[in-house]
Amino acid sequence: MTAREEILARVRAAVADAPDAPPATRDYRTTHTGPERVVELLAENLADYRALVHRTDEEGLPALIATLLTTRGSTSVLAPPGVPAAWLAALAPEIARVEDIPGSTARELDQVDSVITGCALAVAETGTLVLDGSPDQGRRRVTLVPDHHICVVRVADQVVGSVPQAMPRLDPTRPLTWISGPSATSDIELDRVEGVHGPRTLEVVLVEN
Amino acid sequence: MSGTYLGMPAFPVAAKAALGNETLRGNLRHATHTIRDKREKAVAELDDWALLREAGKQIKDHTLRHLDRYLVQLEESVTAAGGVVHWARDAAEANRIVAELVKATGESEVVKVKSMATQEIGLNEALEAEGISAYETDLAELIVQLGDDLPSHILVPAIHRNRGEIRDIFREQMGAWGRAAPEGLSDTPADLAEAARLHLREKFLRAKVGVSGANFMVAETGTLVVVESEGNGRMCLTLPETLISVVGIEKIVPSWQDLEVFLQTLPRSSTAERMNPYTSMWTGTTDGDGPRAFHLVLLDNGRTDTLADEVGRQALRCIRCSACLNVCPVYERAGGHAYGSVYPGPIGAILSPQLRGIGSEVDASLPYASSLCGACYDVCPVAIDIPEVLVHLRERIADRGGKGHRLEKAAIKASGWVFDHPKVLAAGERVASRTRKLHPSRVPGAGAWTDSRDLPELPPEPFRDWWKKNRAEKNSAGNNSAESNSAESNSSAKNRGEGSAT
Repeated sequence: MTAREEILARVRAAVADAPDAPPATRDYRTTHTGPERVVELLAENLADYRALVHRTDEEGLPALIATLLTTRGSTSVLAPPGVPAAWLAALAPEIARVEDIPGSTARELDQVDSVITGCALAVAETGTLVLDGSPDQGRRRVTLVPDHHICVVRVADQVVGSVPQAMPRLDPTRPLTWISGPSATSDIELDRVEGVHGPRTLEVVLVEN
Repeated sequence: MSGTYLGMPAFPVAAKAALGNETLRGNLRHATHTIRDKREKAVAELDDWALLREAGKQIKDHTLRHLDRYLVQLEESVTAAGGVVHWARDAAEANRIVAELVKATGESEVVKVKSMATQEIGLNEALEAEGISAYETDLAELIVQLGDDLPSHILVPAIHRNRGEIRDIFREQMGAWGRAAPEGLSDTPADLAEAARLHLREKFLRAKVGVSGANFMVAETGTLVVVESEGNGRMCLTLPETLISVVGIEKIVPSWQDLEVFLQTLPRSSTAERMNPYTSMWTGTTDGDGPRAFHLVLLDNGRTDTLADEVGRQALRCIRCSACLNVCPVYERAGGHAYGSVYPGPIGAILSPQLRGIGSEVDASLPYASSLCGACYDVCPVAIDIPEVLVHLRERIADRGGKGHRLEKAAIKASGWVFDHPKVLAAGERVASRTRKLHPSRVPGAGAWTDSRDLPELPPEPFRDWWKKNRAEKNSAGNNSAESNSAESNSSAKNRGEGSAT
């Protein structure tokens, strides 16, 4: 018997006499937050887990991005191909633009100062950004290896209240990365330290119309 | 890593040694109390917690009842998404599969995401024997690996180490494994984390093979989920060319939607956060993003035996949040090493003896490593009735007989008979009360019990006698006003006082 057949046979024998167990009842809440509170709560929860939150409108976005990069002293920035050109329109000319080429190595990516992406959606109750590898978000590695990530959220159509509201909007066949604050560890005496392996600085720009 | 759980002493011996270590107890007390207070706040934010807990329990029970169906469905979806599924009956088979997969890549080192399943099967040691170096990349696992130590907590494996100890380990050991610790490394958590970042980044950037477990696998879509904080998981899951995930067969959920329950309950129960910093979900392979090859090793290793036990099977609902460790008075004092298994604390006390069987002294002692206070059941986000399983396993161990347990079995039988015969019980109580001055403070022949416990003093008179004298007669006289009740309890206190003077 193959291992597969044997394990399946063991499972069947083990539960042969077990009582019936119907699918779960889902009487828990689909959200804990009224729509009027959602954006404020997202901003609060992002900040609570030490993401830096900025708010602007479409018009103010390019200048804000330029300021964030200059303030930080970034000399290079990576934007996936789907990032609108307008976002980077106000960039200082000395900041080098880097592309994520399939053949480039993680080591090369490690030399990039900052990365700018959009997102698939954001979850208010948990302070979470979800990236799904769409053209404005790029490969998973681009938001992981550089030390500084700026993520732009379109408030009008990308913010949901809760995890149950997020699930049906996501496509599980895409690689998904859920980000809640910058990389952190609590492994040393349970003191929270930001930034172990992922970006140490996460900046979130909420764009309202 | 040369540390091993093999040949470890049974819980009472290991726990006694741990109790003498004041640093350990201090580290543990601080850590468990911090996290348990935070957890309560995180859980209180969701007013439907009880409903989420019930849904989590029901999803897991349903999955386990139909596990054969969901395993086959998962295999189909993972395969359709470009992954390769392997089945492993036990640890040896799983280790062999992983070693062969690594060798096929031509590589001799792998980076690892912290995973309970790979610890359970001793994968690092097995790979080492095949000439493959496995690097742990979770900060706490790194501390444990560099310190030639064993993990002592499911979520915070180095919970038993304080910052000074961690600095010393980094200073002395990092150089032997790769990039050395920076000169003059301090013991602040930020500096220690920075040293780990530099040390590990070197390994991430050159790694060709990653090894992980998974928190969940979705049968419907073939999606695997890893929940983490540091980003080491993301590094291992996305930078290498080959990814090998070793996952226990009980980690399945049927549908994509089911994740909405556990992504609410797991982070709040484990790290006491609304959401952990990083969650990665992948379905097979994706062109141009992440590993080009994905292998899933489905692990039995005692899980089907556990599934066959009608009371004990609920342990397979466990989502490894470790909330039960942090509230357990026994874990808090004894520490994780005393349990002699990769799964410490209350869940370890029921999971390890079921996965490994109760043949060894260690495993037979684990169901006794509990005060049965029930705190573990209260915090469990999938409502595993750990005390119920502990008692059930104690029964199995007592039934089996053997040193120590024959006595217990006899005692339980005798007490059952006495409680069934009220007159015998009453007579025994009276004799005991009257002779109480003569009783020894320790019971001869029960040293294992009384070495670490004080025997309760016997009351001056049996309760049933006191009741008869003070309550039964008066109640029958119909005297039950609040005032007279209070007068009555005064007088009965007086009676007790008199009794003890005689």
